[in-house]
Amino acid sequence: MYNTIKDRFQKIIPNVEFCSLRYVEEQSEILSVRQNIIQAPSSSHDSGVMFTIMDKGGLGYAATSDLTEQGLRNAIKLAQQWAELSRNKSLIHFSQMPHSQGEYYSTVKKSWNSVSTADKLDLLLEESRQCHQNDKIVDSQAYLYSIKTKQLYLTNAGGEIIHEQEYLIPSLQVTANHGIDTQYRSFGESGRQGGLEILDHIGFVGKGTQLADEALQLLAAPNCPTENMDLVLAPDQMMLQIHESIGHPLELDRILGDERNYAGTSFVNLDMFGNYQYGSPLLNVTYDPTITEEIASYGFDDEGSAAKKTTIIDKGILVNPLGGENVANSRACSWNRPPIDRMANLNVEAGNSSFNDIISSVERGIFMQTNLSWSIDDSRNKFQFGCERAQLIENGELTQLVKNPNYRGISANFWRNLKMVGNADTFKVLGVANCGKGEPNQVIRVGHASPVCLFSNIDVFGGAA
Amino acid sequence: MQDYFYKLADFIDQQLQTNEVYLCDFAAEKSDFVRFNKGKIRQPGSVEQAYINIDLIQNQRHATGKIALSGDMETDTPRITSLLSALREKLPHIPDDPYLLYATEINSSESIASNPLPAANEVINEITRQIQGHEFVGIYAAGGIYNGFANSFGQRNWYSCYNFNLDWSLYYDKDKAVKSAYAGFDWNNASFATKLSEGLEQLEILKRKSRTIKPGKYRVYLSPAALHEILQLLSWGGFGLKSQQTKNSALLRMLADQNLDPSITLTENTQQGIAPNFQSEGFIKPAKITLIEKGIHKSALISPRSAKEYNVITNGANNEEAPVSLDLAAGNLAKADILSQLDTGIYINNLWYLNYSDKPACRMTGMTRFATFWVEKGEIVAPLNVMRFDETLYRILGEQLIGLTQERDFIMDNDTYYQRSTSSARLPGALVDGFTFTL
Repeated sequence: MYNTIKDRFQKIIPNVEFCSLRYVEEQSEILSVRQNIIQAPSSSHDSGVMFTIMDKGGLGYAATSDLTEQGLRNAIKLAQQWAELSRNKSLIHFSQMPHSQGEYYSTVKKSWNSVSTADKLDLLLEESRQCHQNDKIVDSQAYLYSIKTKQLYLTNAGGEIIHEQEYLIPSLQVTANHGIDTQYRSFGESGRQGGLEILDHIGFVGKGTQLADEALQLLAAPNCPTENMDLVLAPDQMMLQIHESIGHPLELDRILGDERNYAGTSFVNLDMFGNYQYGSPLLNVTYDPTITEEIASYGFDDEGSAAKKTTIIDKGILVNPLGGENVANSRACSWNRPPIDRMANLNVEAGNSSFNDIISSVERGIFMQTNLSWSIDDSRNKFQFGCERAQLIENGELTQLVKNPNYRGISANFWRNLKMVGNADTFKVLGVANCGKGEPNQVIRVGHASPVCLFSNIDVFGGAA
Repeated sequence: MQDYFYKLADFIDQQLQTNEVYLCDFAAEKSDFVRFNKGKIRQPGSVEQAYINIDLIQNQRHATGKIALSGDMETDTPRITSLLSALREKLPHIPDDPYLLYATEINSSESIASNPLPAANEVINEITRQIQGHEFVGIYAAGGIYNGFANSFGQRNWYSCYNFNLDWSLYYDKDKAVKSAYAGFDWNNASFATKLSEGLEQLEILKRKSRTIKPGKYRVYLSPAALHEILQLLSWGGFGLKSQQTKNSALLRMLADQNLDPSITLTENTQQGIAPNFQSEGFIKPAKITLIEKGIHKSALISPRSAKEYNVITNGANNEEAPVSLDLAAGNLAKADILSQLDTGIYINNLWYLNYSDKPACRMTGMTRFATFWVEKGEIVAPLNVMRFDETLYRILGEQLIGLTQERDFIMDNDTYYQRSTSSARLPGALVDGFTFTL
């Protein structure tokens, strides 16, 4: 298909300052088992093109799923009309765009099709059966979501970039209930780049039993106490903490006000870069597109800028925004949405402390795992997050299991309370598979890798009485 | 577009083999999306997309597949043939689905809208003329939306709609802004000018020195838009039979013994909404489904699949069992009296980013956003800095509810994830005492 698209593009390029074509093809399949019942397999094959034109200060885009030559002609004409209409009315006078050339391919060791549909369903069915240990397990879902994307990006001055990527989003979810109390345990939803080898890397097999055990234990556990204490976050909650209170406030389009009507603004402003104490000196955050298995690794962003690892927060000091010259994260969710500033892989770098060091350093605290609930203000400052599971830490030891753990805080203060950062043994590659933002709205995949971290003096609380 | 979809359906009919049944959804749109920031155009463009989703069934086995369409028969029919082959190949490897249920009685229908929308350049020129010099940020989304259903029994359903939704904020400073929207089917320059002017008037209040309150309990007025946020959170699994049966519903305590205030009657009002009245297994939605009646849970949204699983009759719900045409009955409070009824407290125009603190207890948290005001003795005194609330539904619309307004707003959903939404809600505002703020 690439050659056909290239040929057609060459025939219809208009005489404008900048013109790009972004062809995206996405094939996906979901295999799922719910409550030991195999669900109908579901597949999708999407393809389309977006043209972007910048000319004489105007910008316009047009996207179509009609890939015939006439369909492409119609779309490019429409993009040109928008560029003409927005001339002299645009907020930004668009400058030089890159005309890069390159390729990027996911590393896949065990392809999706190397295992039969029947065998993959058997795997899910077995995990599902493990979940249903007794009548208090009232719901379970196990699924594998495979996604393969091909993207061709062309520009009117010879830019040509190919991306071919594969992702796997495995998931296990268990619900336990007794009376008016329901507890949840889940695993794996954030996904990674690669093939079925991911199941081995994350330890998918056998998780059903563990999750069901834990959900049942939570039903019997007391509510999380309400008090100010030390908070240790596992990587599967750190990813959400990074996402909401570092990622979004540092997206350049939010800082510049583009998102004020929908996703919100930011407590960060341009003057803060280079001097603002975002966190304690232990906080080192990078934009890292080089970790091959992380879900948002790529060679170039959707406007052709080359991706390279960049420090965002250095020893607690804010250094770079997400977007602009140093961070290539102008991304679109598919062919039918325009690129906007989007965090990609945003990671907290590992520190020096072992998990045991961290726990043993805490006199009174709590260890929380697996995000369940998230809410934050439109400036990305006042947040409240909930987790599925927590254990109290008393005199340096993990003790009582508690349910309905929540904590709240303010981003601007929270990261300065970072007291210890876990070492590489505690570091996990995770992410958020469904981050929503933009007008028109877009859902995109975002990677977050993090070690276990300890924060001091955090307001913690439990569920309703 | 309708003719094209019906041609594709006829083509699928011809491709079927013995003992095969198909169900088929069609979703397309031709949309203009224009983003604004700082009173200027930020990112304008158009999207033309079309998808078909086919559920191929052999007895109780089935598999589904969705493909993008080009609109050209020569391109699309080989894609459909290929999809049918791929689905057919999967069926031997799949067991029977015990909960598969689809309509076999033919209920064809069509709802065809005319297109009164002016050309995009006319509207955009008018908007940019009026917003020049203002801190105006938002999006204009407009155009045609097309949905269809077909099956191998010969049922054909069609829905088309042409609408616009201009959703914007007027900013004063940082997070101080007035949120507004102008949505409908027939664009009118004067109507937009009036809405913009009203927003600019409200913006003057935001220029007053803002106030910060301490966490605690306050008397509040929740506008229809704010209440919409609360009901949207509930709609996320709250009303579906499957989520209720699997104890995932946030209304768990309501299904046991807890009630809301008797003034709360909530319906899925398909007749008064703007969404299609058919769903993907071919069932037709009833005009109304009462979800909560006088504060008591009345009925769930029941998809065909849940109906089969729990041995009840489907009420035409979609697979997500989420309402798309919510209707909360009006109350007795006159909107004109809200400030005096509020007396001293907080006037909340918008809430934001709601989620559960404790889902089984239907305890939720979220933020105030945009124009939220501190009111004293029935007068707006100052804009309020953003606050986090943490409350249960049983207090907000139960024991702490003072009343609902007589007047209701019709809110057309501005959601554009994957496609432009056809959801809507008709809601009053709510006066609530002792509303808890935590941060």
